Amino acid sequence: MTPDLILFLALALLAVATAVAMLASRSAVYSALFLVLNLVTVAILYLLLNAAFIAMVQVTVYAGAIMVLFLFVIMLLGSQQAAVGPDLPWQRTVSLVLGAALVALMAYVLLAGSRGTVLTAKALMEGFGSPQAVGRVLFSEYMVPFEAVSTLLLAAMVGAIVLTRDERREGR
Amino acid sequence: MNIPTNYVVALSAVLFTLGVVGVLIRRNAIIAFMSVELMLNAANLAFIAYARAQQQVSGHIFVFFVIAVAAAEVAVGLALIVTIFKAKHSIDVDQVSSLKG
Repeated sequence: MTPDLILFLALALLAVATAVAMLASRSAVYSALFLVLNLVTVAILYLLLNAAFIAMVQVTVYAGAIMVLFLFVIMLLGSQQAAVGPDLPWQRTVSLVLGAALVALMAYVLLAGSRGTVLTAKALMEGFGSPQAVGRVLFSEYMVPFEAVSTLLLAAMVGAIVLTRDERREGR
Repeated sequence: MNIPTNYVVALSAVLFTLGVVGVLIRRNAIIAFMSVELMLNAANLAFIAYARAQQQVSGHIFVFFVIAVAAAEVAVGLALIVTIFKAKHSIDVDQVSSLKG
């Protein structure tokens, strides 16, 4: 066991534990906070995997902006939203069986695909995954998708405003 | 850090499955939606792991785009949930089984 492996296993355990806690907690606020913990853990994993820029984007956009939006909506809807009916009798069993089947399938693909050879990273080039390296590729090769994404964000913003508009006040 | 890529991909598979189970098991629309975010996040982790193994920055660019699209999706999705809550006074996913206005 190298220190790297121990660190990875600890982070992996934390990520899985927070994900399970997110699914298990009754309160939506706790679920959202556990998801924030999970996203931050994965951001640390990104840092360890030489993806410094993506780790920072993960923390600011995902754990910051998106989760604040989630928490805001949970607070907006209030405690009434907890009034969800009882689970269907077969729902839990079927979900767990389907989940186990998915794990088995992915484990089979991972093990059969690698045929016992373990992929290890080669020595990395200097500055791999740094903001400079990512930005250089983003603003040359991926310029058109980048602009398309900015249009998509604008469309989403307009869509959210139109969807939540109060139509009764239109007559004024 | 020097860890086998397969371990990271295995972790990503486990997180993805937890997201799938979350969507199936929970009837609260917001929590089901958060499980979808968990699945997106797991896919991103696999992208980063393979980007490092293949030494391709393109993997990072894809994760960047996935995060941007997730932000747009969350804005529209939460707006839909708020609208449904205003109409039905519940966010139980079973309440939205009909498309009547």
